[in-house]
Amino acid sequence: MNIPYTVEERPDSGLANGKLGIWLFLASEVMLFGALFSTYIILRTGAPEWPHGELNIWLGMINTFILIASSVTMVMAWAELKLHNWARHRLFLILTFVLAGVFLVNKYFEYSSHFAKGEGPWHSTFLAIYFTLTGLHGLHIVGGMVVMAYLLGPGAILFKRNPEQFVNRIEYTGLYWHFVDLVWIFLFPVLYLL
Amino acid sequence: MDKTGIHPGGEHAHIAAHGHDEHHEELGWWRSYVFSFDHKVIGIQYAVTGLLFLLFGFTLMMIMRWQLAYPGKPIPLIGQWLGQDRAPMGIMLPEFYNQLGAMHGTIMVFMGVVPLAVGGFGNFVMPLQIGAPDMAFPKLNMMSYWVYFLGGVTMLASFFQNGWDKGMGAAQSGWTSYPPLAVIAPGQTMWLVGMIFLITSSLLGSVNFIVTIVQLRAKGLSYMRLPFFVWAQLVTSFLLLLAFPPLEAAGVLQLMDRLAGTSFFMPSGLVVSGKPLLISGEGNPLLWQHLFWFLAHPEVYVLILPAMGIVSEVIANNTRKPLWGYKALVYSLVFLGFMSFVVWAHHMFMTGMGTTMSAFFQTTTMIISIPSVVILTALLLSLWGASIRFTTPMLFALAFLPMFGIGGLTGLPLGLAPSDIHLHDTYYVIGHFHYVVAPGTIFALFAGIYYWFPKATGRKMNETLGAIHFWGSFVCINLVFMPMFIQGLGGMNRRMYDGGLQYAHNAGLLKYNTIIGFAAWGLGLFQLPFIYNFFSSIKWGAIVDRNPWEATTLEWSAPSPPGHGNFLAEPIVYRGPYEYSVPGSPRDFTPQFEPEGA
Amino acid sequence: MHSDPEAIRKSVRQYFMIGAALFVCTGITVAVNQVHLAVPLAITVALIIASIKGSMVASVFMHLSHEKRWIYGALILTVLFFIVLMSVPMFTVGDSIGTPIGAANASHSQPPER
Repeated sequence: MNIPYTVEERPDSGLANGKLGIWLFLASEVMLFGALFSTYIILRTGAPEWPHGELNIWLGMINTFILIASSVTMVMAWAELKLHNWARHRLFLILTFVLAGVFLVNKYFEYSSHFAKGEGPWHSTFLAIYFTLTGLHGLHIVGGMVVMAYLLGPGAILFKRNPEQFVNRIEYTGLYWHFVDLVWIFLFPVLYLL
Repeated sequence: MDKTGIHPGGEHAHIAAHGHDEHHEELGWWRSYVFSFDHKVIGIQYAVTGLLFLLFGFTLMMIMRWQLAYPGKPIPLIGQWLGQDRAPMGIMLPEFYNQLGAMHGTIMVFMGVVPLAVGGFGNFVMPLQIGAPDMAFPKLNMMSYWVYFLGGVTMLASFFQNGWDKGMGAAQSGWTSYPPLAVIAPGQTMWLVGMIFLITSSLLGSVNFIVTIVQLRAKGLSYMRLPFFVWAQLVTSFLLLLAFPPLEAAGVLQLMDRLAGTSFFMPSGLVVSGKPLLISGEGNPLLWQHLFWFLAHPEVYVLILPAMGIVSEVIANNTRKPLWGYKALVYSLVFLGFMSFVVWAHHMFMTGMGTTMSAFFQTTTMIISIPSVVILTALLLSLWGASIRFTTPMLFALAFLPMFGIGGLTGLPLGLAPSDIHLHDTYYVIGHFHYVVAPGTIFALFAGIYYWFPKATGRKMNETLGAIHFWGSFVCINLVFMPMFIQGLGGMNRRMYDGGLQYAHNAGLLKYNTIIGFAAWGLGLFQLPFIYNFFSSIKWGAIVDRNPWEATTLEWSAPSPPGHGNFLAEPIVYRGPYEYSVPGSPRDFTPQFEPEGA
Repeated sequence: MHSDPEAIRKSVRQYFMIGAALFVCTGITVAVNQVHLAVPLAITVALIIASIKGSMVASVFMHLSHEKRWIYGALILTVLFFIVLMSVPMFTVGDSIGTPIGAANASHSQPPER
């Protein structure tokens, strides 16, 4: 038994199953982060005062650059695969993975500087939001790294058996990764600048 | 949980599969019955687990009903087994009463009805009705069942947590878990973790459902030829997909409040047991209510839409007529799903919400009642002039109509702020939503079980036992919920450990608690014929062929039970879903899968 | 979609250009922040820049500029409910008994003395 449209596109919808699936998943992610941003707005408008300059803007900016760069390398990993440059595809995917790791290391330094001052999420509403939002975003980064590690390791065998499906998987991973980047693009000004 | 007894017809499935699938490989017992990718096995797993949770949740309520009928008297039979921390000498403690109340709601909604209606029927029936070989992502499907199972186990385990979660036992803050109470009360951490599992499971499931319906429809099955049940599953899946994530976020925030000491939902200046709470404060308890009801109102439609889908299938089949107004039904369904996202704050009229927003939510609530009435009316009109077959599924489907009608109409006074102010938090509310969900949705689910049981097992359930089950349940369930309207209109509050003995205005109302108690226990007894029927019919029920109900939709073209891959030949659809009693046709049904002139 | 190699090579150039534009926008938003505008203006500017960046990522990296109907449909639905989720709780919290929506927001814009 084979399930139709796992690789090829269904004529009337123009989509393969996985493409629609990943977009629906991202739609639910939009609502997840939507609720968190809604929380932010309500708590901020209700607060008597809102702290400014609690976070290190420069570390945040560097992390923004890192994630944007990783988005470019991710889309390049897909494009090189489309052009049948296997070695360059691997290189870009490894680069994406490394950049994601650097992002987390950077985040670790930010977190530990707060904890060193004894200022955890319990300290204030602002820090509660900061830790929860960046923490959940960080979990998404970790999730993306797990998928990339799989596609670099055991998952890469699929390319021999079914190259089309492997290209699709890289594309879907990319869609997820760009979404994680997109969330950070909003998190950065909301938490660090405003 | 032993799963050996619940995969009826497993051998039949294999025999049927051998006939057409030359690549069929023999899977081991674990892969065939426990960690199966097959949507039918997963559907049956969901359905049976859901039924067990429904029974368990109902048992909790039967215990509570003793306390309400005879406050402070030792619980008979099982009282001595409940333990010193819950019911010393068999007499229920208030904390235990609160646990039972909170867990009854949670279990019935999130672990009983939704898994049965969406996970069970959706998984088993929907791919068959659209002519698909399986769900679009079978592994994901298996995963969503097991994540749900984990969530269920976490919830059950919370009854036994012993003091490390801010006290003993399960969550005690109602199924709505309003902070600040929920943040400081015992057992809530496990509730939140369990909910995060259940929500994740629903999200995975809903993605799978939507992709399956969009991508895997058989040749010729256009959207306007879809059985109404499939439409109901599609809209339900969108509700789950977009409404559940905010609750997941809210669950994470409440978890942070409990574990990391944040104050998302905790206002400043809280004093607990005479001591000021040492938190940063400045949180907003109403924020939880917004995020909770943003899910939980669409959730109401997650409970009712699949039920409407089942009832439509059963009514069309047993009236031997096309559904009245198929297109109107579909458009109403889609509109209903859409509107369900903008009505949630009608649960919050008593929170100090101003008149502008109250007016907005009253208006949307009145608007959403229109498509509900359209659907109910269309189903009622479908009965007009029909020669009805009073089979057991039809009895349950027919009862659904007035029961859901009562539930819906009693909701109108709750949707308008002036009357809601008086009725809020009384037994009237309990009566209202139980009429929608218990004799409404659960009756429809029973109809579905009797209707599709032959497809799942190859055998029919006993009609006499079915009739006893139906009439007994029908009488008892009305005796349970009808008196609640009287109690509620009299001002009797819900969530009272002793029913509210100390209030003078309850004096004439408490006597109904005895009637309700006996009706509830009677309702429990009348489920025994069903349980016996369910299991005995797996073995001894009358053997049926592919299409025992002479129905028109695609699932009846597959063998009973269908093998791996479902259909013997690729199904092709030639016409709409409910071509019953077509003039000039030799039989009173013309299936979707029969070519012209066949 | 992108099936022939020439089209992909063309879009590769586009990807690097978009990446560079995102870097520049991030620089601008930080630079604007150093000027210390009034809070409402700063929020508006920062969110406009973030939206521009976000739509660049979505339309180019995620290929949303040419997608299929079902995906647009699902996303439009999501955006609608996202707006509801953003705005309605805020209106409701702002509208407590006796205070029309506008008045409640106005009282928040001036920090009370502490």
